[in-house]
Amino acid sequence: MTATITPESRDAPTHGGDSGTPSNPDRQGRTRRRPTLGGFASSTFLWIYAAISIAPLLLMVSNSLRTTQDMAQQPLGLPLPPNFTSYQKAWVTASFETYFVNSIFVTVASVVLSTAVSLLAAYAFARTRSKWFTALEGLFLSGLMLPVYLAILPLFFLLDSLGMVSNLWSLILVYAALGIPFSTFVLASFFRQLPLELDEAARLDGAGPFQTFWRVHLPLVRPAIATVVVFRFVPVWNDFFYPLILIRDQSSYTLPVGITRFFGEYQTDWATLFAGLTLATIPLVVLFLLATKQIVSGLTAGMSK
Amino acid sequence: MSAITVPKVRRRRPSTGVALSRRAGLVFVLPALILFAVFIAYPLLTALSYSFFDWTGILRGDFTGLENYVRLFTTLPYSEDIPNAFVHNLLLFFGAMVFQNTVGLGLATLLHRTRRFKRFFQTMYTLPYLVSPLVIGYLWSLMLSPLFGPVNAVLRAIGLGELAQPWLGNPQTAIWVVVIVTAWQWIGFPVLLYGAALGGIPEEVDEAASLDGANAWQRFRSVTLPMLVPAIGTVSVLTFIGAMEAFPIPYALGGSQGNPAGATDVLSLLFYRTAFESGSSNAIGTSSAIATLLFLFIFGIAILITAIMRRAERKLF
Repeated sequence: MTATITPESRDAPTHGGDSGTPSNPDRQGRTRRRPTLGGFASSTFLWIYAAISIAPLLLMVSNSLRTTQDMAQQPLGLPLPPNFTSYQKAWVTASFETYFVNSIFVTVASVVLSTAVSLLAAYAFARTRSKWFTALEGLFLSGLMLPVYLAILPLFFLLDSLGMVSNLWSLILVYAALGIPFSTFVLASFFRQLPLELDEAARLDGAGPFQTFWRVHLPLVRPAIATVVVFRFVPVWNDFFYPLILIRDQSSYTLPVGITRFFGEYQTDWATLFAGLTLATIPLVVLFLLATKQIVSGLTAGMSK
Repeated sequence: MSAITVPKVRRRRPSTGVALSRRAGLVFVLPALILFAVFIAYPLLTALSYSFFDWTGILRGDFTGLENYVRLFTTLPYSEDIPNAFVHNLLLFFGAMVFQNTVGLGLATLLHRTRRFKRFFQTMYTLPYLVSPLVIGYLWSLMLSPLFGPVNAVLRAIGLGELAQPWLGNPQTAIWVVVIVTAWQWIGFPVLLYGAALGGIPEEVDEAASLDGANAWQRFRSVTLPMLVPAIGTVSVLTFIGAMEAFPIPYALGGSQGNPAGATDVLSLLFYRTAFESGSSNAIGTSSAIATLLFLFIFGIAILITAIMRRAERKLF
């Protein structure tokens, strides 16, 4: 299954099929018209930008494995031999362990909660037809465009009056609410693709509405659930604004606020700073490499509109 | 028998898509509705009202109409800080737009024609976009550090030592660092989105143009580009929202004060500072006025861009 089967792509670039099957590079097809120069220039450009894109992140990892003294003497040196003491320092002395555990807890709990309530709501949006539900769906969707973070003051007072400031559950609930617009949008469009006969068949078999949802629909929308879960993980893990304001107690800091504190305290300890930044980034890189498909489909979800 | 079944069928037929009674639907929607109402809708509506009152600490005083808004434009420091920060937000938007629609579009187009290493390139370009903007900001602040920073070290190594400078200490260069770092981080999104849009253009269209004798540039200009308008619209709206909401990158590069000397200040930082760091007794009233203006501006322009793009789409097809 290579692109050599498509003879029609003589000089036009080969289109479609982003299946990662390795195929005959199109460059060869193009060379007939423009001798290697164009193809060479374009692949050079792709490689150069790949370097620009990734070099700072590689540098971050590389410098986290060096000592501060080494960096001061040789700003462009390599981590040979790699030195892991800065990680130990960041993890234990600079409380990254606490921040990391808090971040994992907040992210997992809020994504689970947000996905669960969004699944229920999206199913209702896809399976009812009344102007009330349409209006409600529109209201949720508007959350995709609204700068919701500007309402932080009333939110702070609300959580304060509930005694929830500095409580990780305040972040979990807020993030879960913030995830509803995107999650219902993606999930509802999936539920709408499922034929109504499914519901009717389930009802004839005596299933109630919840059983129909749980036993029949849920297994069928698994790909959409994966997209929503993976894609919501990223902004929640990265968010800095809400914990900066809602978390006042250092033992409840999540990674991003922890990092700001840490940058104040360890200003000159470069090795530890790089190690901290790397620690905050690793889970995202792992997630991205494991679930590229879900991330890409999440990023391009708005296109189907 | 038929007399009973007929109305049943009729009741269902006109409303295809209905499998839940309204009551069951309400039960399904309720958890999401409660979360949305308590943590999004209620704070948003309340925040708007805050700006119309005079505040003493956290105690709400008298209704003062538009006084908080008037103060923003007539009293220092706000009357200087707001335009200053606003210009920086606009620079972020235009900088990112230019970068995404030249380099980003170029990368997406080239990538679309490439088979070899396509996934690899996509991954490389998208990674910075997924990393926390705060981490990105701090990472660049270390890289641009005047003495030991790798950027200046590279410049010295390639004989451009005279260009080496305290990038973030100089008000002239600091804002451009914020703009470039932001644009650099965001590029993954247009690359993926334009890539998806290019993949959706039927091959035949391009072939037909090529049979008609159109050269590569003409095909791009007259065939590909118009079909990318919806994607460009999406990128524009999201870039606008992102640029106006910019917070973590400026915070990491210039602190909450927008150092040096307000050179990296943006509206969200100004709002944050006014609300939580100013110590002014009417901090809530003033910051809520800033928030409300910013809110209306973001939402209004986002809707405007969407409408313009819809119209452009309609003209094209």
